[in-house]
Amino acid sequence: MSEATTGTMSGAAAPAAAPASRTPILEVRDLRVQFKTPLGTVNAVDGVSYELYEDEIVAVVGESGCGKSATQLAVMQLLQSPPGRIAGGEVVFEGQDLLKFKKNGPEMRKVRGGQIAMIFQEPINSLNPVLTIGDQLVEAYELHCGLKGQTDKQVAIDLLKMVGIPAAEKRVNDYPHQFSGGMCQRVMIAMGLSCSPRILIADEPTTALDVTTQAQMLELMKNLVREMHASLVIVTHNLGVVARYVERIYVMYAGRVVESGSTKDIFGNPRHPYTLGLLKSVPRLDEVQGSRLIPIEGMPPNLIDMPGTCAFLPRCPYAVEQCRTEPWPELTCVGEGHCARCYVNVEERRS
Amino acid sequence: MSRQPADQQEILRLTDLAVHFPVRRGIWQRKMGIVKAVDGVNLTVKRGETLGLVGESGCGKTTIGRTVIRLYKPTSGSVWFEGKDISTLNERELRPVRRRMSLIFQDPSGSLDPRKSAGNIVGAPLRIHHLVKGRKEYSERVEQLFRLVGLDPSMIDRVPHEFSGGQRQRIGIARALACDPSLIICDEPVSALDVSMQAQIMNLLSDLQEGLGGLAYIFIAHDLSVVRHVSDRVAVMYLGRIVELTESAQLYVAPKHPYTQALLAAVPIPDPFVEEAREHAILEGEIPSPLNPPTGCTFHPRCPYCTAACKTQVPELREVADGHYVSCLLA
Repeated sequence: MSEATTGTMSGAAAPAAAPASRTPILEVRDLRVQFKTPLGTVNAVDGVSYELYEDEIVAVVGESGCGKSATQLAVMQLLQSPPGRIAGGEVVFEGQDLLKFKKNGPEMRKVRGGQIAMIFQEPINSLNPVLTIGDQLVEAYELHCGLKGQTDKQVAIDLLKMVGIPAAEKRVNDYPHQFSGGMCQRVMIAMGLSCSPRILIADEPTTALDVTTQAQMLELMKNLVREMHASLVIVTHNLGVVARYVERIYVMYAGRVVESGSTKDIFGNPRHPYTLGLLKSVPRLDEVQGSRLIPIEGMPPNLIDMPGTCAFLPRCPYAVEQCRTEPWPELTCVGEGHCARCYVNVEERRS
Repeated sequence: MSRQPADQQEILRLTDLAVHFPVRRGIWQRKMGIVKAVDGVNLTVKRGETLGLVGESGCGKTTIGRTVIRLYKPTSGSVWFEGKDISTLNERELRPVRRRMSLIFQDPSGSLDPRKSAGNIVGAPLRIHHLVKGRKEYSERVEQLFRLVGLDPSMIDRVPHEFSGGQRQRIGIARALACDPSLIICDEPVSALDVSMQAQIMNLLSDLQEGLGGLAYIFIAHDLSVVRHVSDRVAVMYLGRIVELTESAQLYVAPKHPYTQALLAAVPIPDPFVEEAREHAILEGEIPSPLNPPTGCTFHPRCPYCTAACKTQVPELREVADGHYVSCLLA
């Protein structure tokens, strides 16, 4: 994406969301991530730009392989390399470009976990099975807050209480396998928030959990980041899950942002056919009985040899001649803080 | 449930089904307790019907599915399938029964042999049950199954890792259809898939039901919106028991059990305008340990309407309206 588009994007997004004086806490500009595979280079993230403001809850939505997780891993410099490689772009956090820091250098280690924390999909896999929950919480806390050897178990107990784990004094000595999936995710949230980070990135935080636990987790995260005045990025493949909790949404497809806007714009007036497809393919509790789902036909594209045209074209029911001949359009604003990457005015075509 | 005459349309009937697992610990494997995974369940499934089983993990929904196909032996109670009690049959006697029902699993990659070709996997039931004669009929049938589930027959020789998640689930469905079953148990068939693939698979399942005539599903999932979408009737389970059973249209409009109400409230509606107006009562706590279930109504520690009676009295599943069963003292 060009500089100019990024400019118009933030220019339009800022007044819609807040006073113009509000500067983003995290600004990702034209980020590119590549993976080298025996079959060729995969452009997993292909020029993604987004902003995150203070006290804001944002969702990044897309199917598996769309680059939503790779984007977040690149921000944290956690990409496994090789095969992964950050091929370009900037990640500006508090005025500094994080990509200029060495992956394991002292500056990055200070930011990672301390100021920007991340929690992952499979909570049980993120915890060490042979250490107690308490030890792991204390370790993370001391490491990221720079308090080596100065704390004790009480810190861990307080953290467990913060995320609502009953009998924290007893559970602090338990091992991860003694915790349920939801409880493990609570521990991960506690660990992520232990040093009062500015940003919490949650990568599919609820996908492996029960519906009731999903609601509990999202509610918990929302309340805690509100208390701490932190910002929250929720990465998910299910638009429905986030409708209740987020203010703005970025929809990603094939390594690019295809639509961004406020939650109400995205749901009420989706402007990209892919967003519309995602919305129509989830069953709703309040739907009329016997109604049929409208799936997005076909499959996500192979990212190795991408055509220059819109990556969604083969699956798009709204495609016009222009889509076949011209390159993938830039992200252009269609309303206040609402941008889409499409030639077709889906709104008109629907009616 | 208690109406006895087994009508022609009924394909499966569970009566007082209980499945208990012993918990063994230590080097002598001493019995430490019993997990009542399923405890006194009565259910019927009609021909061509989809029955949804929904509940949190550990509520026994998968155990029911596996007991129906007799991967587990019931501790007590019986499983009537196509008019025959199959709960005491041995492996040899079960073989013809298992031809009539099959399973679709949650994890499409874990349930397919990575070293076998897709065609080989789909054709396995045909070979095991000797359903086709000769190589030509076999390959014709496999190709037909591929087309039936929307896979290109030219992909017959590929191995599972060459397929995407959605396609792998289609292979699993083709295999389940191979011996022309009358009942398929779908155990969380879409929860591991992306949203757009979920819709494709759910539509495929309902198309198959329409096209094949008389195929019944038991659809097991934890997501109420998915279950409600595909099912004719839904049974909500909690700690091994059915707490509510009704037409799926009724479930959203008039849920009677507090647990069903809580489950419904937890499911987000993908629409911020509707969400704003909804009440967000979030169910606190977790499902209790089945090793040591609460007394009385097992839901009482989490129930917002709990009374003194709930703590001691075990509620029976009773009919509160036509075809609407609830097990709650307050309903």
